[in-house]
Amino acid sequence: MTAAPLVSVRNLTKHFPVKGGVFRRTQGVVQAVDALAFDLLPGETLGVVGESGCGKSTMARLLMRLTEPDAGEVRFAGEAIGGRAGLSLRDLRRRMQMVFQDSYASLNPRLPVVMSVAYGPFAHGVRRAKALERAATLLEAVGLEPGLFAHRYPHQLSGGQRQRVNIARALAIEPRVVILDEAVSALDKSVAAQVLNLLVDLKERFRLTYLFISHDLGVVRYLSDRVLVMYLGKVVEVGPVAEVWAHPRHPYTRALLAAMPTMDPSRRTTEALVSGDPPNPINPPSGCRFRTRCRFAEEVCARREPPLSTLPDATDHTAACHMLAPDTGHSLAPAGGARESR
Amino acid sequence: MSDSTVLTLPSPEAALLLARRGRGYWKNVWARLREDKITIAVIVVLVAIILSAVLAPFLTPHDPLTTSVLKRLKPIGTEGHWLGTDEIGRDLWARMVYGGRLSLLCGVLPVAVALVVGGTLGVVAGFAGGVVNSAIMRSMDVLYAFPSILLAIAICGILGSGIGNTILALSVTFIPPLVRISEAVTTQVRSLDFVEAARASGSRTTLILRYHILNNVLGPILVYATSLISISIILASGLSFLGLGVTPPSAEWGLMLNNLRQAIWVNPLVAALPGAMIFLTSMCFNLTSDGIRQAMDVRL
Amino acid sequence: MTPASATEATPVVSVRDLRVRFATREGTVHAVNGVSFDLVPGEVLGILGESGSGKSVTLRALMGLLSGSRARVEGEIRVAGLDVGRLTEAETAALRGRTIAMIFQEPMLTLDPIYTIGEQIEETIIRHEGLSWRAARARALELLEMVQIPDGPRRLKAYPHEMSGGMRQRAMMAIALSCRPAVLLADEPTTALDVTVQIQILLLLRKLQREFGMAVIFVTHDVGVSDEIADRLAVMYAGRFVETGPMDAVIRAPRHPYTQGLLTSSVHGSFRDHRLEAIPGMPPALSELSPGCAFAPRCRHVEDRCVAADPPEYRVAPDHAARCVRASDGSLPVFGTATATLSPAEGERAG
Repeated sequence: MTAAPLVSVRNLTKHFPVKGGVFRRTQGVVQAVDALAFDLLPGETLGVVGESGCGKSTMARLLMRLTEPDAGEVRFAGEAIGGRAGLSLRDLRRRMQMVFQDSYASLNPRLPVVMSVAYGPFAHGVRRAKALERAATLLEAVGLEPGLFAHRYPHQLSGGQRQRVNIARALAIEPRVVILDEAVSALDKSVAAQVLNLLVDLKERFRLTYLFISHDLGVVRYLSDRVLVMYLGKVVEVGPVAEVWAHPRHPYTRALLAAMPTMDPSRRTTEALVSGDPPNPINPPSGCRFRTRCRFAEEVCARREPPLSTLPDATDHTAACHMLAPDTGHSLAPAGGARESR
Repeated sequence: MSDSTVLTLPSPEAALLLARRGRGYWKNVWARLREDKITIAVIVVLVAIILSAVLAPFLTPHDPLTTSVLKRLKPIGTEGHWLGTDEIGRDLWARMVYGGRLSLLCGVLPVAVALVVGGTLGVVAGFAGGVVNSAIMRSMDVLYAFPSILLAIAICGILGSGIGNTILALSVTFIPPLVRISEAVTTQVRSLDFVEAARASGSRTTLILRYHILNNVLGPILVYATSLISISIILASGLSFLGLGVTPPSAEWGLMLNNLRQAIWVNPLVAALPGAMIFLTSMCFNLTSDGIRQAMDVRL
Repeated sequence: MTPASATEATPVVSVRDLRVRFATREGTVHAVNGVSFDLVPGEVLGILGESGSGKSVTLRALMGLLSGSRARVEGEIRVAGLDVGRLTEAETAALRGRTIAMIFQEPMLTLDPIYTIGEQIEETIIRHEGLSWRAARARALELLEMVQIPDGPRRLKAYPHEMSGGMRQRAMMAIALSCRPAVLLADEPTTALDVTVQIQILLLLRKLQREFGMAVIFVTHDVGVSDEIADRLAVMYAGRFVETGPMDAVIRAPRHPYTQGLLTSSVHGSFRDHRLEAIPGMPPALSELSPGCAFAPRCRHVEDRCVAADPPEYRVAPDHAARCVRASDGSLPVFGTATATLSPAEGERAG
């Protein structure tokens, strides 16, 4: 990792109390995101995968500060966010933007789409006429001819077209980082392909950095340089995408990849590597959160939480598993010392 | 969705002009409304009633206040007085159309005032949430605890009768329900994704309110307010009937109903006329607001 | 028009020229436009289509769920020899659950929230087979075990909202299979599930299908999923089957441009620098279908004769058919990217 990270996350935590009962007492805590740490390098696409309850959407909202974290620090280009000396929220949002999953709900149904796109720059002080001009240019950049589409309302567009508008809207403020939260998940596969091509083009044209969140492993693999796997609010594996796909080390990552359909009728999947459903993030298991579904779980896994450590034979590939780090007390752990990295 | 004409625009501002003319949400509502024959008919009737009140001097040569002992309680169809006369000889048709002015005024003005005051409070409460919301909503709850007619009577009783006090009392009565609905709709809209996206773009709150909240909440609030007009007319008439509203000798339907109470034994048709008018007008307002609400319920 | 079929056994489901139209404010929606197929016992037919292709409507027509003033159903549907269109409401109700059952995408919407799982399973059993309450309960426990829901006696008393998504889907399967139907219809049952749960459900479905010898129609929009479960594949577009055939043949050598487009635009096995060949445009609105091939506006091999008339079904092989004029006369370019989508050389399977 030679370049300085663009976004640096340390110890990011968000817990939601669950209130219930007659007196609305706190009955449990949803540990949505717990001590999350990772870096987003400039110019890369970092794919974030995980299943429901893993906290990836919460993480996106924490990065955009749409929700306040309970603990932890996020730095943008070295500057802290919030506080007296740090980046204001307004400035943060000028540098980092987000595209949401629901393309229809993300657009004001009473505004023509060109206004929705122009709203961002307008809110940051750009004059109305210039903002509209920028909006029209962006609509063209995302493949929507302004003459045809600028005056339309969201309900007059298809899902794919709306998502393009959302992308244009995110780009209108000229951010450096775009967070895509399940941006193509709700689209038909043939339309999703068009939008993916568009995202690749835009990234190059506008020199963007992407944080691509998805539950669809195939799409993440297609788009990303590095991939980060989350489980129940924790990072379990990070690494270059080709490396992680070829040599997944964490048992959860392996199960996830094995669960992908093979697309080869002659070699169908014959067994699932993990059973049961993703557990409830309320009161997660002690120690390693995956241990309840892991076939390699041992006593040490319940006692101690495995830290994210670099794998012995790789430089860029980290995983949080007692089996993979030396001298952890796990029967399958390798011997010898290794650097621990976060 | 198929728009085959490709337009070459000189500038984005032109695009915005086109947006105003485009087939937007309100155009859609209007199109649906046009198909609803019943609502159109009702709107026509309503417009007729309003016009008859406005153009009253042109519709009758008689003065609503001129009495005549000789011509008391003439029946419908009397020469010169096609709707008859009331218990002190005043022409009923004249009193009806002139009375419409006051009755409609007492119907629309309180709702308009309540809309401005209550709507603002409600939107603020809905958008701000938290303590501000609680403060506003709980204050309204206090007023809401009273049945509207009792509240109106109480206020009029304290302030005295007269049209100004009637309008004031009715405005106060209608503020709590309007606050409630504005707050509910605003809370709902505030949690929608596009508002969150607006927040995520780093925009200031006032801009968000202006561009994203207002245009989405005004519709439902206006429809609700329209449905309150009919209630307002009835309440105003009720207050006049009780002697707390408009004072005699002004023409106002509720007051007329009160005065003609005894006449029901002598000339029932004439006595029932003001009541019928109240009924008709409030029904029309109700049906209109229903029709508009249905037309607005477009599954976009 | 006799459809391509796999074997010569007597079909348990036989559909001829099914057409479904809905009357709406905006005009007539032609949801299904001439679907014909046979399904033999023990066969799994996958219907692959995107939103608006008419796949869910087809299933509902098979179950007789489309009665009512707004839907016009034409064509012949025979289930286990009975003509579904001619049955009375009572007879159709008797058919459902017993002979033909269905599982849906959102179990939360199809399970009754105020009854326990046990009550819902037992209700189906008692209604169709007239067993006593005790016997029905025993059978329910068996079913829960069969669908791999652990801790059966406790789960029988659970309500749908107390279970996770995967559990609810299994519970729905238990209800559907309670009377050992001959035909199971599955309408995107795994679309809303996480991928690790999805594979478990698919494996379970395969196992049960083999054990019971059921015929299954599995509707999905995901090529990979249909790959894992189906023996034969029917690709649906704008209310028609545009290609039908054995799964192997359709995936490796698709003959219809739409199928080819679906495969080339799939991310599976593609690398980032390999641009996705996306299908341009959007699926047509079913209320505005023009004559001729419905895929013509988006097809890269389109010619004039494609829009002139409805393309006939062309038999590539005895059991493989494609509805394309250019496929029939061999003028369609050979599909060259078949190798890119299959990646046995990935070697990236677990471990």
